[in-house]
Amino acid sequence: MLATSPAFKQNAAHAMADAGLQKALARTRPQFPAKRAAAVANLPEFEQLREIGKQIKNHTLTNLDFYLETFAANVERAGGHVHWCSTADDARAAVLNICQQAGARTVTKGKSMISEELGINQHLEAHDITPVETDLGEYILQLRDEPPSHIIAPAFHLNREDWEASFRKSHTDLPADRVFHERRDILTEARTRLREKFLAADVGITGANFLIAETGTSVIVTNEGNGDLTQTLPRVHIVLASIEKTVPTLEDTISLLRLLARSATGQDFSVYTTFSTGPRRADDVDGPAEYHVILLDNGRSAMMGTEFQDMLRCIRCAACLNHCPVYSTVGGHSYGWVYPGPMGSVLTPALIGVDQSALLPNASTFCGKCESVCPMKIPLPGMMRHWREKEFERHLTPATVRSGLAVWAWFARRPAVYRLATRAGMWTLGLLGRKKGKFTKLPLAGGWTEGRDLPAPEGETFFARYAREQRAGRA
Amino acid sequence: MSKEQILGAIRRGLRRGPLPEDQAMALRARLAAHPRHLIPARSRLPRPDQILLFVRNLEKEFATVARVPEADAVPGVVADYLAAQNLPPSFAMAPHPELQALPWDSRPLLTRREGRAEASDQVTVQHGYAGIAETGTLMLPGGPRRPTTLNLLSETEIVVLRASRVVGAYEEAFDLLRAELVPAGGMLPRNVMLVTGPSRSADIESTLELGAHGPRRLHVVLIDDDSAALA
Repeated sequence: MLATSPAFKQNAAHAMADAGLQKALARTRPQFPAKRAAAVANLPEFEQLREIGKQIKNHTLTNLDFYLETFAANVERAGGHVHWCSTADDARAAVLNICQQAGARTVTKGKSMISEELGINQHLEAHDITPVETDLGEYILQLRDEPPSHIIAPAFHLNREDWEASFRKSHTDLPADRVFHERRDILTEARTRLREKFLAADVGITGANFLIAETGTSVIVTNEGNGDLTQTLPRVHIVLASIEKTVPTLEDTISLLRLLARSATGQDFSVYTTFSTGPRRADDVDGPAEYHVILLDNGRSAMMGTEFQDMLRCIRCAACLNHCPVYSTVGGHSYGWVYPGPMGSVLTPALIGVDQSALLPNASTFCGKCESVCPMKIPLPGMMRHWREKEFERHLTPATVRSGLAVWAWFARRPAVYRLATRAGMWTLGLLGRKKGKFTKLPLAGGWTEGRDLPAPEGETFFARYAREQRAGRA
Repeated sequence: MSKEQILGAIRRGLRRGPLPEDQAMALRARLAAHPRHLIPARSRLPRPDQILLFVRNLEKEFATVARVPEADAVPGVVADYLAAQNLPPSFAMAPHPELQALPWDSRPLLTRREGRAEASDQVTVQHGYAGIAETGTLMLPGGPRRPTTLNLLSETEIVVLRASRVVGAYEEAFDLLRAELVPAGGMLPRNVMLVTGPSRSADIESTLELGAHGPRRLHVVLIDDDSAALA
């Protein structure tokens, strides 16, 4: 996927002027947090489970080489194949090779962010194999040739009229004057259309929420059942998974599953949580004859042992997106690559380079909401700050920001001058703003005051007030 | 080659070589013991309340439940359900001995085919392996006696489950699975589905609709074979 992350600012401006997107955001913004809060309130042990989840993932990462080898050995014991892929190129080639060996013409797909990362669809199409997205949201995005805008609700940015228009445009064999009375009619049309695809597909590709080392099992979590149809009906099942999906045992997986749905959709548990181990057994009457796991690294192993290792605990629940004031204002496409929101602002620079994505870790107010809802307790703001430091060290920060920081740093290193200057500044602003109590415009801060007013200072600096109250307290 | 590259990079990050044998042994012991973590208190209830929690959670997730006093009542309940839903009195059924032993002939209008589901099946009847009260979840391990397609291809899935097979937490259901379906040193069944309610999607305008790709209706017939579970 080609990154438009360097254009984050233009993307965001465009998103804020997009009436359809803003309508969708207004609808979704309150929903996810309310549902998560209700689910969490209904499980008193949730906080303890977060700590347990964090420890399970930390234990796994500390021994990731061991658990990966154990996982691979157990997949092979069950008759499956593991393809170790260092790069996206390796993974694309492995998937294509399996599809070609199977003589595949069509491939159904369950929802997978790794697939987006690899651009599997484009690669298969270039080799005359037709990929069909079967998650309802992913299906319409494929019809519209758009990337997902959210990691679990990929098409939340579309409105009903968009669905109807896309279906009319794509399903041209159906009567053009058919009426969609309700959302269910849209759903039923997709269900009928995709059922034919499920039955015809030669290969099914899914992602994985977890890879269980103990049993050599891949786990997918869905609500629609499309992932299960994808991995059950075709002759060949390919699992796309990155190395950090590994978990030691079934019991570890269960503990993480108690966190996943609650953090994601606010459900206690998703509708379908499915454990797949190897291909069809001798006496089975359904299931795939071949089972392949693509184990993708693509930059993750380089995060081990760095200040970004904790990011590998992420279970892709999207709670950080759903609670982020920036994401909730600009939507997912603005971020310009596969992973949007706070988790993406940490992961994207690690995977595609901070030079391509330096604006993302800056697209945060550091309000800390993301970290407070993360089921894996990932210190997202702290890691975004690390990226900002790296951006500065590598001279990627724009000249105006650098010179501004230099001026500030000059003052900050001279406390007496700093206090004098801020006192003078506050006093002046306090005097100028006394009448209106606020500033709607300020020189050099037009960008800031464009969206909000600056309350007029009362004339005293924080330092001065702090010192005064300390003295009063002691007295 | 990629394998060595990936493992090598991970070890460089961890600032060590391959795990020393004593540490690898400790990890193998952890895998063998597969210790449980915290189990939420919500399902730690007396048997009757545990079954009620299971039923309440099923209904919360849009499944429907019929409790019957004995297995012999199942065909009648299935026939009545299909009639009430305006569905044809025919279905594909899991070739499981417990289902095969039911007195289907008591309802001569019901027709059934045993085996995996086909795309044309409107109704499927599945054998419930275990129920999990914690979230109203059914455990359905695939296999020749419990084909996976029965859970996926029909619009209406009926699961017949004995109340004695309802447990509190997921861990307990996996304990049953390990004890009964995983031979010593053997593998999990190829497919184990945990199903919580009928298929659904909220992809259109973040609004929930039932029946996305899997069954639109999930009906559980619960046989009260557990005297301790009767309040």
